[in-house]
Amino acid sequence: MKTKKARFITSMVTYGVVIALYIVLTIMIDNKSISRTLKGQLIPICSWIVMAVSLNLVVGISGELSLGHAGFMSIGAFSGIVTSGWLLNGFEMEDPTLRLVLAIVTGGLIAGIAGALIGIPVLRLRGDYLAIVTLAFGEIIKNVMNCVYVAVEGKALNWGFLSGDLPGTLLLNGPMGAVKVKTISTFTAGFLLVMFTLVVVLNLTNSRSGRAIMAARDNRIAAESMGINITKYKMMAFVTAATLAGMAGALYGLSMATLVPTKFSFNESINVLVFVVLGGIGNIPGSIVSAAALTILPEKLRFLQNYRMLAYAVLLILAMLLSNNPMMKSLWKRLIPGRKEKAEGEGAMRA
Amino acid sequence: MVFLSNLVNGISLGSIYAIIALGYTMVYGIAKMLNFAHGDVIMVGAFIIFCAAQYWGMSLIPSLLIAMAVCTLLGITIEKLAYKPLRQATSLAVLITAIGMSYLLQNTALLIWGANPKVFPSLFNLDTIVLFDGQLSIKGETLITIAANIVIMIGLTLFTSRSKMGKAMRCVSEDRGAAELMGINVNTTISVTFAIGSALAAIAGLLLCSAYPMLQPTTGSMPGIKAFTAAVFGGIGSIPGAMLGGVLLGIIEILGKAYISTELGDAIVFAVLIIVLLVRPTGLLGKAVREKV
Repeated sequence: MKTKKARFITSMVTYGVVIALYIVLTIMIDNKSISRTLKGQLIPICSWIVMAVSLNLVVGISGELSLGHAGFMSIGAFSGIVTSGWLLNGFEMEDPTLRLVLAIVTGGLIAGIAGALIGIPVLRLRGDYLAIVTLAFGEIIKNVMNCVYVAVEGKALNWGFLSGDLPGTLLLNGPMGAVKVKTISTFTAGFLLVMFTLVVVLNLTNSRSGRAIMAARDNRIAAESMGINITKYKMMAFVTAATLAGMAGALYGLSMATLVPTKFSFNESINVLVFVVLGGIGNIPGSIVSAAALTILPEKLRFLQNYRMLAYAVLLILAMLLSNNPMMKSLWKRLIPGRKEKAEGEGAMRA
Repeated sequence: MVFLSNLVNGISLGSIYAIIALGYTMVYGIAKMLNFAHGDVIMVGAFIIFCAAQYWGMSLIPSLLIAMAVCTLLGITIEKLAYKPLRQATSLAVLITAIGMSYLLQNTALLIWGANPKVFPSLFNLDTIVLFDGQLSIKGETLITIAANIVIMIGLTLFTSRSKMGKAMRCVSEDRGAAELMGINVNTTISVTFAIGSALAAIAGLLLCSAYPMLQPTTGSMPGIKAFTAAVFGGIGSIPGAMLGGVLLGIIEILGKAYISTELGDAIVFAVLIIVLLVRPTGLLGKAVREKV
């Protein structure tokens, strides 16, 4: 266990590095010394960082494998798009910042409610069965979103399920998803959302509740006999993560001109899980680094053309093989003597 | 009559799921890992059959045998290269490696065969069976699929209950440490499991693409996920469970699409899975694991 002071320092360094990076990137954007592709990726990177950090709360801190995290992102994205479109068309709210904030809050709230509804049945299960049920919920959300039609007419929102024959301007068009979205997300908003996520997650893990969550992860029975309400704390982690994922979704959705529901498939959930595992399970700064690096990496591998995703797959397998190789592990320990505290995160998924 | 025809189609689709689910469930039972690359082995098998039949002009049986041989080798190689070094690692590390393997197979297939969907040739050349004055017609492929499922089920049950290797497999899945002490070669047993699962994947690839004749590098992923669901549905690690889960899932999917909503077919399948797992948290035929304090 890390001491309180060490945790505080890690948190502060994380905040500091994120703020410093934001300042550097803003200056680079002003100087136009940043490539166009990277500039276009900044907002998605912020969303994926939020996704990875929030999934790490479930997988690393709470120790439950979730394979449906993209589902919450989908809910957040589409409710954010509807909110923004509704405010613009129905209430003539021109101010993009206010609309973005309201969209992100709504996306988070609705995803959080969905998280609570899904969490009640899901958290009764254990291990691989829990994982498969989260996968199932993710697929159900994708499938249902494919059938939802929303149109705005004056101040009223018209809903349709399975049929898009609605009066007014269509905001969501079933399998076609959201088209002609007014892109109002900004890099600053993304940065603020990342900071918000970090504050929420780091404070939660360092609080009494966070210790209860980790105790439930490390030994369920021992924690229960100490009087910890397992379901309550597992729910707390799950719903927080769902809310944050919804906010990330709203940010992401409002940065894209078009968005189809099938975008948030099982593959995206898996991608986020890859970020979490490569960044280190339970390691929040690690999630940030790996989410950013692995979002940029496929773009940077573009020179390989068709071999790009092949190279990504090979790198992924090699990374897993090398990081779990006993020889490499002892080498790491010799290089960085302070890393003997690894046991904390590693116990996470073993139960 | 429409109901009967849907039911037959459901059982046929379910049989394909069941054959795929066997691969998942056997590997899970023995190596305690979710082999996400299994769906893509199906795709590789289907492509091999496609090439053998289309380009080299082979008939059904030789091309199926070649595909089974290639898939068996592929399964064993994947296990040796990627999963064996991770025996002691956390289950998540193995899961991510399996996902990496799945990407690797998909993208290799993309490079070799391209992204354009290929039309899978019809290899069975069987007559459609017409019953009840033409009210019910069953395709030959459908019957072959159901028959293949029954044969495989009987064969595997005999194999695991009678043969020495089958008994060793059951031992390893029960208690790996004790099995090793009894002189069972755990590595060989795991390799054989992967080999059988992958050979079955080739058969599943043939049946799947005969029923839905569109072949592309992502063909295997959705049936893979569904079959995995079927394995969990029946109780993962249990061979009869995979059969039961697969067939039930196929029936639910076809009937749900026919009578409730085409668009929501997949959602219905997954919703039923969730309900079943809530009532029986270890699947239909899964063993409940007692928790010791």
